[in-house]
Amino acid sequence: MAQERTPPVFDAANALLTHEEGLTIYEDMVLGRYFEDKCAEMYYRGRMFGFVHLYNGQEAVSSGVIKSLRSDDYVCSTYRDHVHALSVGVPADNVMAELFGKETGCSKGRGGSMHLFSAEHQLLGGFAFIGEGIPVALGAAFQSHYRRVALGDSSADQVTACFFGDGTTNNGQFFECLSMAALWKLPIIFVVENNKWAIGMAHERASSQTEIFKKASVFGMAGVEVDGMDVLAVRDAAKTAVSRARAGEGPTLIECLTYRFRGHSLADPDELRTKEEKEEWLSRDPLKRFETYLLGQDLATAAELKAIRDKIQTVVDEAVTFAEQSPEPDPSELRRYIFAES
Amino acid sequence: MADTLLFNALREAVDEEMGRDDAVFVLGEDVGVYGGSYKVTKGLYEKYGEFRVLDTPIAENSFTGMAVGAAMTGLRPIIEGMNMGFLLLAFNQIANNAGMLRYTSGGNYKIPMVIRGPGGVGRQLGAEHSQRLEAYFQAVPGLKIVACSTPYNAKGLLKSAIRDDNPVLFFEHVLLYNLKENLPEHEYLVPLDQAEVVRSGKDVTILTYSRMRHHATQAAKKLEQKGFDPEIIDLISLKPLDFDTIGASIKKTHRVIIVEECMRTGGIGAEIVASINDRFFDELDAPVLRLSSQDIPTPYNGKLESLTIVQPRQIEEAVEKMMALQI
Repeated sequence: MAQERTPPVFDAANALLTHEEGLTIYEDMVLGRYFEDKCAEMYYRGRMFGFVHLYNGQEAVSSGVIKSLRSDDYVCSTYRDHVHALSVGVPADNVMAELFGKETGCSKGRGGSMHLFSAEHQLLGGFAFIGEGIPVALGAAFQSHYRRVALGDSSADQVTACFFGDGTTNNGQFFECLSMAALWKLPIIFVVENNKWAIGMAHERASSQTEIFKKASVFGMAGVEVDGMDVLAVRDAAKTAVSRARAGEGPTLIECLTYRFRGHSLADPDELRTKEEKEEWLSRDPLKRFETYLLGQDLATAAELKAIRDKIQTVVDEAVTFAEQSPEPDPSELRRYIFAES
Repeated sequence: MADTLLFNALREAVDEEMGRDDAVFVLGEDVGVYGGSYKVTKGLYEKYGEFRVLDTPIAENSFTGMAVGAAMTGLRPIIEGMNMGFLLLAFNQIANNAGMLRYTSGGNYKIPMVIRGPGGVGRQLGAEHSQRLEAYFQAVPGLKIVACSTPYNAKGLLKSAIRDDNPVLFFEHVLLYNLKENLPEHEYLVPLDQAEVVRSGKDVTILTYSRMRHHATQAAKKLEQKGFDPEIIDLISLKPLDFDTIGASIKKTHRVIIVEECMRTGGIGAEIVASINDRFFDELDAPVLRLSSQDIPTPYNGKLESLTIVQPRQIEEAVEKMMALQI
């Protein structure tokens, strides 16, 4: 086990969190956690198939970034995309139905776990191959910039948040897109979910520069390191990055030091990560931490938080019922969606 | 009216469509300040500015993916592949995202984009710059593949491709940019999905595309003198294939020769032979014959290079041989 990096300590006094915002973020994190736990259960019960990559442990990143965005901003994800989809507002029903392969899924049962899309929610997609979502996100950001600068549409100030992992930062598309984003000052935020492991490849075995946020500097881009287990730290970094992007001042790279509490996918035996490492990170559970913060700051009562947990449990249970009762795609529509319908 | 060179016909198409729709923009290597390697975008940077004629870094996979993202969010990008061979570096974005994303997303997004540029065996450009990637890309679902061959169809097809809501791979040929033709003064479109009957005839159907159309036409002139009457069809759309036009011709001639510049193995012709067998086998009086490039990296040496691709003389011989078959 390599020496753990010590994340910068965020002073929660700077969080400026209202009661309402606190509950919104808490609910989003609980939804992410409960949804993924339910996915594991459904996968092992043979209700969902293929590769399923769960987000447990990383909730502070999705909630901290996406809850700092506007509803017309864009989000681009990877194969570990369920919780990003939930955070942008895709209903749990439609995400669960997608995982069950149903017509009511957000990708009509054609995409599956790694390919969640929702144009309505500005979710550009779950992209399954490493790095391939970054150029697509860059394109969405370019589009906003194009409308604002080339076409003079001052309302086109949407920001794009692009999520990916530590393993992706060794891929060419990462470097190429950082370069172009900085070159053209595009309104994009590169959010690195550094969970230390690319399946079985430890980050320090894969990269000559393990401090990913430092890679921004060579492009003249702002790069920050945050405690990815602290939703308030992530949120603070995201807000700064969003303001920068929205103001036309260019991109930001945010490296979130985080950890996945489960294997790479539900098919991963997860034999390489040590018990000590897992326990160390489990002790930093972002959901528990935020709960402690909300209660300690009197931003919420235990009863309010319990009500949220109960509500979300119902949402997730009902999502399963919805998915189970939804129809399969119609076989006569096997070839639909290959080309645009005029 | 003066003749228009093919590269100028393409430039007119881009210019007209950019003027018509401000969501249309061009991106690629040296398309802006430099005006494009084959001058297809000359003058457009000055006219439309640096964002609508965007010079990109040499990062094919990333700028292709960027175009996909721009297309998903409402713009209509035209990528110029400085050389279509460079698209090998963008294969993932073209196949996974341009080609498949609409389907994978269950129709959430459409990808209106054009990827255009020069391909084909040229003037001793060596193996990497002489590729015919249409064959490599034909298996990707969701892509339309088009090859232009004259100034007239180049302009009309490119305008249609830009207006199409799907990703279109638009192949030009490096040796055809200086073809001249008198073009209509009025605006016109050429449909992407229709083959063009170049020469009507009754003896044998020659299916071809891109530069090989001109080899076939050249061969036909000799064949006419010998009393043969071949029908030449320029496929235009390599995917999907226009089986209405192909089928109508086969029902008339009952004989087919495919003349292509791509390599034989896994080529466009291979797919056509299989499809003809599926659809029109009973109409055939002879096995379909394929004239393709050799299955080799294109050699630099001029003589070897010319031996790599099909020459007009081979087309003549093939027609004569097929017509001599006792049926």
